[in-house]
Amino acid sequence: MIRFDRVAKRYPPGVDALSEVSFEVAEREMVLVGGHSGAGKSTLLKLVAAIEQATSGAVLVGGQNLSGLSRAALPFLRRRIGMVFQDQKLLFDRNAFQNVMLPLSIAGFPPREAAQRVRAALDKVGLGKREKALPVMLSGGEQQRLAIARAVVGRPGLLLADEPTAHLDAETANDVARIFHDFHQVGVTMLIATYAHELFPAARRLHLDHGRLRT
Amino acid sequence: MKVWLLHHRDAAVLAWRRLLAVPLNSLLFVLAIGVALALPAGGQMLLANARQLTDRVSAAPQISVFMSVNADRATATEVGSRLGGAAGVKQARFVPREETLARMKANPGLREAIEVLPGNPFPDAFVVSVTDERPESMERLAAEYRRWDGVAHVQLDSAWVRRLEALIGLGRNAVLLLGALLGAGLIAICFSIVRMQLLVHRAEIEVSDLLGATESFVRRPFIYHGVLLGLGGGVVAWIVTTAATLWLRAPIADLAKLYELTLSLQPLSAMDSALLLAVAGGLGWLGANISLGRHLDSC
Repeated sequence: MIRFDRVAKRYPPGVDALSEVSFEVAEREMVLVGGHSGAGKSTLLKLVAAIEQATSGAVLVGGQNLSGLSRAALPFLRRRIGMVFQDQKLLFDRNAFQNVMLPLSIAGFPPREAAQRVRAALDKVGLGKREKALPVMLSGGEQQRLAIARAVVGRPGLLLADEPTAHLDAETANDVARIFHDFHQVGVTMLIATYAHELFPAARRLHLDHGRLRT
Repeated sequence: MKVWLLHHRDAAVLAWRRLLAVPLNSLLFVLAIGVALALPAGGQMLLANARQLTDRVSAAPQISVFMSVNADRATATEVGSRLGGAAGVKQARFVPREETLARMKANPGLREAIEVLPGNPFPDAFVVSVTDERPESMERLAAEYRRWDGVAHVQLDSAWVRRLEALIGLGRNAVLLLGALLGAGLIAICFSIVRMQLLVHRAEIEVSDLLGATESFVRRPFIYHGVLLGLGGGVVAWIVTTAATLWLRAPIADLAKLYELTLSLQPLSAMDSALLLAVAGGLGWLGANISLGRHLDSC
């Protein structure tokens, strides 16, 4: 599903975020990316979602080389990937339902079918009764679950999550991890950047150290 | 195709909601645009009415050449043949004084007055139509005829119609100029408003991009925002112009009556109204597009 081949990412003025990174993630696999703060975890996820471009090496997602991806093809790649961001990126002027609806509107789903899917996704993360709530009215854990619902509502084959359990108390973090496990069970490939690998005991672990993979 | 329609509907609804979210701001913007557009629209309304006035009056200009009352028929015949052979004359029709007298006597009011007068008070006359109908060349011909022997008076008919037409031509240019200037103003207003909108909705633009929105999906609500503002301004301009028409109708009819004209001021025609709305919406679209081209990448 994902293949990195000697990937390097250098930010101006010459900071190497990633160097010589090579790995593969098979379909339906759950992989954790660990490492200290600033080790390059977020950068790695951004390369997969083509938010950043590799300075050298090849990033392949679903067999597609991202360096050759045209600007016009980019949105269609992103629609196949669910993303949970470190800062969640919820829209605070839209309620829970509308936030989760956004990816389906973008993809042009028929409204009725889309609404059913949104409700199913909200139910799945335990927010079925909060669909009218604005994000500010939700707790930190609920906001994180809302972000997950938005990431999975389009039924992506690949889910990327950047520190999904950071800033959450232990119990809420467990809830969130359980939700991820459930999605993994139904066949979603997962790449999760996290310190909290104990929450995902079944997952394979990659470890980044100053932009290099340690095995 | 269905998805495309769906996207357009969603974008229009979103733009409409955003306008309603700040009703006072939106109203003031629409008023500003409307008042700006009302000036050229009102000018067009007045022009259309003035043109309707000139259309009703024959605009084919003629020169009337009146002989001196004392001039004999031989002199008149000579003037007639000179006119017939002169350059620039299309046709010179001779109106003998007897014919004029008979025509005037046919009017019962004038009949008695004419009968107390000794002899025929009317002179022989010619009605000359010319090939070159420009006012300045007609003036030149008239000046030439005035110098001829036996000619007492030369009058340019319909000269005032020509003057009015020239004024209308000037008015049309003024309306065009005004329209161009205020249209540029409208583009500038929409440009700024859409820029502010882009700043306000920065988070949404970023998130949509990350969720796989195409560029046109992101641009669409902002385009609709500009178009709706422009259209709203167009509607305001139409209302202002129509209200002004009704308001001015009675005083202008009174004024026209003093000049023995009947004039009922008409509002903008359906064609002009449609044009006004199309131009207003189009300029809003243009302003929004320029703003997106300039600012979207920096969001």
